[in-house]
Amino acid sequence: MSLGQRVSSDNQLTRLLQIGVVLEELVESRAAHHLDSLPPDERAAVDEAVRELLVCAAEESAVHRERLEALIDDLEAETVPYEEINMLVDAQYGPPEDTDGVLYDQLANEETAYKFYDDLIDAIEASDAEFAIDRDRLLETLYGIREEEREGVEEVTEIMEQRA
Amino acid sequence: MNTADQYLKAIYLAQRIEEGPASTGTLADLLDVSPASVNEMIGKLEERGLVDHEKYKGASLTDEGIERAHNALQTYCIIERFLANVLEVEEFRDEARALESVIDDTVAERLDTIINRPSDCPDCFDPELDYCERLEVGPDGCAD
Repeated sequence: MSLGQRVSSDNQLTRLLQIGVVLEELVESRAAHHLDSLPPDERAAVDEAVRELLVCAAEESAVHRERLEALIDDLEAETVPYEEINMLVDAQYGPPEDTDGVLYDQLANEETAYKFYDDLIDAIEASDAEFAIDRDRLLETLYGIREEEREGVEEVTEIMEQRA
Repeated sequence: MNTADQYLKAIYLAQRIEEGPASTGTLADLLDVSPASVNEMIGKLEERGLVDHEKYKGASLTDEGIERAHNALQTYCIIERFLANVLEVEEFRDEARALESVIDDTVAERLDTIINRPSDCPDCFDPELDYCERLEVGPDGCAD
């Protein structure tokens, strides 16, 4: 057991970045599943803002994934392909009841991703370990992604407030 | 998972291994810290009503402590199962131990949406083997 939040090795860092990729793949896959899962009449009624939110979330996650994959590549490791995660989502997916359910799930996605990157940044900053990749580049990448996740939380919250 | 939750989980597992109160020595071994650190944290957890401590016997979780330890163990099981089944990590036990302090329970909940976890989790966690007894592990250490 390891007490204290810090990342102390390349292996640990790689694993955490791989988890980040899976979280992004989950957002992408669940957003696609949400749109497909709604009954046709409900799908038509999903207003443009929600549809746009889901499409943007999926696109943004794909970009985040690429940024993380570039780091993982330099650590000479591999990531789990999107298709594999999509299949796992497919196997366990329980569609939300309605559009509000979709929005709550999307909010949970964004909040979880934000929390993950925030903890990861703290754990890297708390460590004086030297990694095989440039520390500044690593942190800059993670700061950027965390900021976009924070904006994502705000966007979903705004849409939820408008619908309330 | 924060340090307090890691301690509660360790006490829960030590109580199962020892079939009684968790001794300071066992906890120090499980957590890889000094007995003095264990005693200090036990005192704090006792003040928060999560642990009862009896001198020369050891620490026992209160009902509230058991609930929190249960949740912490569930989070740990998710991390282990995710590492073994999704990332196909051979040394999933060692790596789960190294990662648990950085993985929050909300993150674990998300990862839980793609792993097939038994409904009786975490009762099927084997404290001696340090992984779920229902996690089928092949010769390479990965889950089947």
